[in-house]
Amino acid sequence: MSPGLRDEYDVAVIGAGPAGLAAASLCARAKLSTVLFDEQAAPGGQIYRGITQSPLADRSILGADYWAGEKIAREFFASGVQYVPRATVWSVTAEREIGVSTGGGSRLLQAKHVIIATGALERPFPIPGWTLPGVMTAGAAQTLLKSSGIVPDGRTVLAGSGPLLWLLAWQLLNAGATLDAILDTTSRESRARARTHLPSFLISPYLLKGLKLLRSVRKRVRVVSDVTQLEAKGDARVQSVAYATAAQGAPVGMPVDNLLLHQGVVPNVNLALSIGIEHRWDEEQLCFVPVLSPSGATSVPGIYIAGDGGGIAGAQAAAWRGVMSASDIVRAVNPEAARRAAKAARTTLEHFARGRKFLDAYYRPAPQFRVPAGDTLACRCEEVTARQVIETVALGCPGPNQMKSFLRCGMGPCQGRLCGLTVTELIARERGVSPQEVGYYRLRPPVKPITVAELAELPKDDAAVKAVVRI
Amino acid sequence: MFRRPREDARALVRFTFDGAPLEAREGDSVAAALLAAGVTACRTTPVSGAPRTPYCMMGVCFDCLVVVDGVGNRQACLVPVRDGMAVESQRGKRELGA
Repeated sequence: MSPGLRDEYDVAVIGAGPAGLAAASLCARAKLSTVLFDEQAAPGGQIYRGITQSPLADRSILGADYWAGEKIAREFFASGVQYVPRATVWSVTAEREIGVSTGGGSRLLQAKHVIIATGALERPFPIPGWTLPGVMTAGAAQTLLKSSGIVPDGRTVLAGSGPLLWLLAWQLLNAGATLDAILDTTSRESRARARTHLPSFLISPYLLKGLKLLRSVRKRVRVVSDVTQLEAKGDARVQSVAYATAAQGAPVGMPVDNLLLHQGVVPNVNLALSIGIEHRWDEEQLCFVPVLSPSGATSVPGIYIAGDGGGIAGAQAAAWRGVMSASDIVRAVNPEAARRAAKAARTTLEHFARGRKFLDAYYRPAPQFRVPAGDTLACRCEEVTARQVIETVALGCPGPNQMKSFLRCGMGPCQGRLCGLTVTELIARERGVSPQEVGYYRLRPPVKPITVAELAELPKDDAAVKAVVRI
Repeated sequence: MFRRPREDARALVRFTFDGAPLEAREGDSVAAALLAAGVTACRTTPVSGAPRTPYCMMGVCFDCLVVVDGVGNRQACLVPVRDGMAVESQRGKRELGA
């Protein structure tokens, strides 16, 4: 258990990605007692993963956008914030009592304000065979590269859609990896629908960078466009990927050793939902997103969500969204500093908001890659198939929480992180209603598995003991 | 299948996986160390016994669950590898007491 933790803080920040680092820095500089809990051993979150300890000496491998994270990390360490790495926050109550596990022991503490900066995770990509060893997310391969310099070896195929897929391809090529193919699942429908957002994309900060990246990758890797079907095949591990395209209906097989999947990122909602923070289905981003004020204030007083956990807007925006939330809190002690910070944040956020709608529409994942069929696993933990979910809806099971009782989907250790959206969308389609109406798994603390021993060892006051001990 | 960079200035770390001696670098997570060493399954699932390897590398998928120094259900992607660490594959559910 981390020594030196206080019982009370002005501000507790959860997550050390750009949003959390920027938010904590601003609060600590304003002399608010600020603690930041993060699950990883070093700061950076996923986008700046390994920023203080990456073994990659050649900076051109990951690119300038990655190394921009250094400045954020440096400011964070200089700010006077209490940084607690390798800490798992497993509970936050609406009264802002925080349950945190560090070094195998847990404790509770109280915060006047909480900023949740738990970011995003990759959207589930439930294709046949996606649980086979040798299949992993593009983000996972990127983490291996950033934090350990490790690159895929053997026949490697990237499949899916979205900016991160191309960025990873570019970074892996820079690091000397060989990529056999990119199977691009971006659909014709999505590309056509994105056209209405083209004008704002043309003046956005993403256009030039994106085109340069795409060109550079396309020169060096075979790209198969309009992929409409994907299947990972193999016995004990993936041996081939079969794909079909819009132009050519019959599936084609390609031998692989590594299959890297990606179709965008979605907010990591588990902690926020467990607090009871209001969320809505976002039909553009196809995920549940918390209902937030411009500064990231949630429906629960004193609790903010900053960064991609509040809806996907990207890494650069995330840091400024952290500033927005922090300035709202800092206002009470230093109104001038808060005003200045918020003003700078608003201007920059407008800049980075330009073109996002185009990206959302263009890379909108096709329905067949979000809503699986047949024996494809929807829930990886409890190994529940799409067919089982569909048949259970037919029995009259109306939502994901009832589905848990029938099939145990969402009840494994990942607590629905890898199946929540899939199961909601499956049920919604079968019932012919919107995902908003179907809703999401009801989440409860602990939002990360901890042992019963850890819970039992929590310090208890007299009232708590009296409540359960018979005399 | 993965490979390490040709040059890596980080210190060598020695650990075991299911008793076999393996090498990693300081700063690697256990999951990264296992993948770089060519481990083909770090766990089998409690439901069907299917082999799994790390899928997300960011603490959300739980497919990297292993036994670390006798303690089960550890997320290999969140545990930094240490010299002398004994890592074992997790077969099915975590055994009570482990």
